[in-house]
Amino acid sequence: MSGEEFVPLSLTPLLIGTFAAIACALPGNFLVLRKQALIGDAISHVVLPGIVVAFLLTGAISTWPMMLGAAGAAIVAVILIEAIRRLGQIEPGAAMGVVFTTMFAGGVLLLEQTDTSTVHLDVEHALYGNLESLIWLDAVGWSSLLDLEALAGLPPELPRIALTLLGVCLFTVLFWRPLKISTFDEGFARTIGIRTGALGMALVITAAIAAVAAFDAVGSIIVIAMFICPPAAARMMTNRLEAQIGWSVLFATLSAVSGYVLAGYGPLWLGGADAVSAAGMIATMSGLILALSAVFGPCRTRAGAPISS
Amino acid sequence: MTLELASVQGVQVEDTGIDTSPLAIRGLTVSYGQKPAVFSVDMTAQPGAMTAIIGPNGAGKSTLLKAALGIVKPLSGQVTVFGAPLEQQRARIAYVPQRSSVDWDFPTRVLDVVLMGLSRELGLLGRIRARHTARAMDCLHRVGMRDFADRQIGQLSGGQQQRVFLARALAQDADLYLLDEPFAGVDAATEKAIIAVLKSLKEAGKTVITVHHDLATVTDYFDHVFLINTRKVAEGPVAQAFTAETLQSAYGGRLATAQIDQISRALG
Repeated sequence: MSGEEFVPLSLTPLLIGTFAAIACALPGNFLVLRKQALIGDAISHVVLPGIVVAFLLTGAISTWPMMLGAAGAAIVAVILIEAIRRLGQIEPGAAMGVVFTTMFAGGVLLLEQTDTSTVHLDVEHALYGNLESLIWLDAVGWSSLLDLEALAGLPPELPRIALTLLGVCLFTVLFWRPLKISTFDEGFARTIGIRTGALGMALVITAAIAAVAAFDAVGSIIVIAMFICPPAAARMMTNRLEAQIGWSVLFATLSAVSGYVLAGYGPLWLGGADAVSAAGMIATMSGLILALSAVFGPCRTRAGAPISS
Repeated sequence: MTLELASVQGVQVEDTGIDTSPLAIRGLTVSYGQKPAVFSVDMTAQPGAMTAIIGPNGAGKSTLLKAALGIVKPLSGQVTVFGAPLEQQRARIAYVPQRSSVDWDFPTRVLDVVLMGLSRELGLLGRIRARHTARAMDCLHRVGMRDFADRQIGQLSGGQQQRVFLARALAQDADLYLLDEPFAGVDAATEKAIIAVLKSLKEAGKTVITVHHDLATVTDYFDHVFLINTRKVAEGPVAQAFTAETLQSAYGGRLATAQIDQISRALG
């Protein structure tokens, strides 16, 4: 494919898909190890009432109010989950289940009861996003990357998800040591002065922001898949957290690129006529990678078996 | 006795030793839900001593330790470490949690766990340098685990895991060591290795406080005891506080008379 065709039509969706995948996979590593990976699922459900409320307040489908509404709802949900977990002293999965079903149901109810049914807030868009439509029509080829005028026409999702990814990376690097220690041994972490409660909350809020930004660009299917599949697959490739992070980024990238390409060309190669959903294909690829690493990964066996000294 | 009475009546009493005690606890009450796990407990640890915290299952031994360290939030009470509030003295405390409290499938190596003991020194972004690694290796050597530095922690036996936790505490280079059941479910070789390290800490003037389960080894391993059954039962040197009477009152009917006889005989 020439640059003339590739840059305007495929470069931006590829980048957006990849950035979204990595932004979710990075915090996903810690969430999976903390057995909180379902939070991605929870967040992608709880944003619905946030989006509906934002629409009711502004009366228009525009990106920023809806993203703020979604982020607000995600943060409310995170705080509710933590509060229920601590006050009720129950496991996080149960607290998540209670909060996200309730908030999602509330969102549906709100959608039904108010006059939003006439507007286009459809489920399909929320699930699959609209990755293929995030094209860069102002570009004429690779040279456009240096053309300020053309760059101004970039789909706004790209800088947004790039900025989110940067934030997620900064959080991970800056708090690497406390994150690692408190994920492994929370009690010890507290005795050396790490504020584990605040750090856990910051991790979940970072994940929520990544989820909302990715959700806006690529839909919730990718979000749910990327929080879990690349980190879980990476865990089976290595026994060191540092290397696991690297593998998860590689797997997230691989899923995004191969999923996008296969969605566009796979059906044609198989003799079909239409392309399939890129988001769906990316999620499928991440699942496939997880399955492969579960079968062939070098560290997939449960490492709990004691070895006599 | 006067002190106990005074604390019941809520009167502040001057208590010699609190100012400098490695760990001084006053009026500590911790509750999980309705029932208190630890009720109005006072403790004054002796500097340079090895103290065993003893009591029946569910008596609040671990909870006492966790509350003293700020891991669980007490309902009330005061904790001072070497005469200053806990938060200011974090660098002087090393803690060995119960082995079962962490997931040993966590993707990390033995050496990385020991290096966690240096994290206060390293700060958020400080690089791990050769001298840090050397110190961690030295701590592993002291617990006889030097050859296991590159192993994934899940590949260790229970006793080896416990020794790695002790090595991490050694790396913290503290003045006060708090251990939660370090001998639970470990092999005999590990038990010997751990007690040797703890005794060397005592010889170096450090204070060691250990939640302990095995009444038969108390007199061999420790010089002070702290008996607890939700409330404090007794505190002091083994010869005075570890007696048939105090054990009876801590364990109630849960300790067979034969066991008490055996311990009394061991005490002479």
